[in-house]
Amino acid sequence: MTRSEGTARKDSLAGPAFGFAIAGFVIPLALLSGVAIFLGRRAERRIIESRGERGGLAQSRRAQRLGQIGVAIGIVVLALVFVATRWDSLKTLRTVFFQGPDITGSFSTVFAGFLIDVRLFVYAEVVVLVWGLIVALFRIMPGTASTPLRWFAAVYTDVFRGIPAIVTIAIVGFGLPIAGVDLPTLPFESDNLFTYGVLALSLVYGAYVAEVYRAGIESVHPSQTAAGRSLGLSWGQTMGHVIVPQAVRRVIPPLLNDFIGLQKDAALITTIGILEGYGRARIYANAHFSYAPFIVLACLYLVITIPMTRLTEWLVRRDRERMQAGA
Amino acid sequence: MSKDGAGALLEVRHASKQFGDHKVLKDIDLVIDEHEVVCLIGASGSGKSTLLRCINGLLPLDSGTISIDGMTISQHEVELNFLRREVGIVFQAFNLFPHMTVLNNVTLGPRKVLGLSKSEANERAMGLLKRIGLWEKRDEYPDRLSGGQQQRVAIVRALAMRPKLMLFDEVTSSLDPELIASVLELIRELAGEAMTMLLATHEMSFAREVADRVCFLEDGVIAEIGTAEQMFTAPANPRTSEFLKRIIDAGRL
Repeated sequence: MTRSEGTARKDSLAGPAFGFAIAGFVIPLALLSGVAIFLGRRAERRIIESRGERGGLAQSRRAQRLGQIGVAIGIVVLALVFVATRWDSLKTLRTVFFQGPDITGSFSTVFAGFLIDVRLFVYAEVVVLVWGLIVALFRIMPGTASTPLRWFAAVYTDVFRGIPAIVTIAIVGFGLPIAGVDLPTLPFESDNLFTYGVLALSLVYGAYVAEVYRAGIESVHPSQTAAGRSLGLSWGQTMGHVIVPQAVRRVIPPLLNDFIGLQKDAALITTIGILEGYGRARIYANAHFSYAPFIVLACLYLVITIPMTRLTEWLVRRDRERMQAGA
Repeated sequence: MSKDGAGALLEVRHASKQFGDHKVLKDIDLVIDEHEVVCLIGASGSGKSTLLRCINGLLPLDSGTISIDGMTISQHEVELNFLRREVGIVFQAFNLFPHMTVLNNVTLGPRKVLGLSKSEANERAMGLLKRIGLWEKRDEYPDRLSGGQQQRVAIVRALAMRPKLMLFDEVTSSLDPELIASVLELIRELAGEAMTMLLATHEMSFAREVADRVCFLEDGVIAEIGTAEQMFTAPANPRTSEFLKRIIDAGRL
């Protein structure tokens, strides 16, 4: 830190002129913010105290707006002060993370690696979606005949939720091939090591997702099961047509949570020798002493997860509005 | 299942059921003939709902037997499934499937249990939904209907299975007063069409009007059973008159 401070100080803008310029800008803004907040609060208080003399929609809204403007300016002031006082270290930050040539230079290799992550988590998500539901149904299946299935489901979730993902990946990715378990190569893939990665992540997240499903199924009121059974539907039919469709709708937010978790943990398969996004970013970083490729990779993840979240929320809202009264 | 050729549509013999230490049904005997309408009355917790759920096979009996149309149903899951097909039940809280349209609510059972094709099931549903004036609402979801409409759809959903016996578990108890009439009217019509029915109800005047016989249940025992006229005018058991007096005092008759 001291070394970079020393070098940064030389070309720093932090002379007295810069200080005055900032102060001349920040102090009036801070005053403005204070005044706006004060006026807004006073207007609100007057509306309340006037007991109906003042107020009305327009006036109340104006009072509230004043306060909001004050707070917004305040935040800008704080940001300016932060940037001005830490100008030197921010410059270091930029050279480490946001060096233009390193961003463009690493993009193609990181992006190619990231596509491996994407294929991996798409495969795993499809598997997990089905497998988690199967495990959840095993877990809640009634009757003495299904006792072994219930046990299996309980042990499976306990074990795979309890082991760190990176350990499961190591066991599956290194251990199984040596133990002679030979998995096929998946379509669009060149190597069956990828299949072990999919299997490991599916095992880990299958356990989480099974519990999410189970919580959803148990949250559907028993009267729905009664209604289904009363029509003569079997247990399986009642689950398939009545309970699970309602349960899945309820657990979409936590399901999305687990899927985002899975997508991020895809990077862990770098440890078994699959050169995906993170692995390639690290190689580039080590070779160029630049951490820009990590920023590239981070942005690539966000480009996937944020739109996915918004899309899911939109779908859920639309579905809910369709079913509910007066929406 | 075994066939014994008895004439009654429903025969409940020595039915007992307990939850933990609490005996909800104690050695109940009840026989209902074809086309008969029987009303079950009694205080909350007297076992009315449990009895209906046992007759429909939703709850297995601890001991005793249930025969439907001459077939004695063992309390094994396989035969209970059969019993549920033969006996329709309508619940107090409607229990419609909220994620399905009105039409799918009505056709689910016929399609999946009776194996009807989609068009056959839709045709059957059309007849029933038109009858209750809700055919136009077939593509709506249950939550968009009023309570009275929902309950009528629930009745029709059970009817779509063409059950031999219909059970009604206080089907108007969760409805606003102005919505009750439409539901009672539908049940009245079914009685007019000689549907065999067993109704648990707090609507005493309605019970008196539609029931052939009235059965007073108290603490899991049938305290008295008789014709509607006799039960409401000259009950033999003093407990029955006490119960009816409480109802009258509450302004429900």
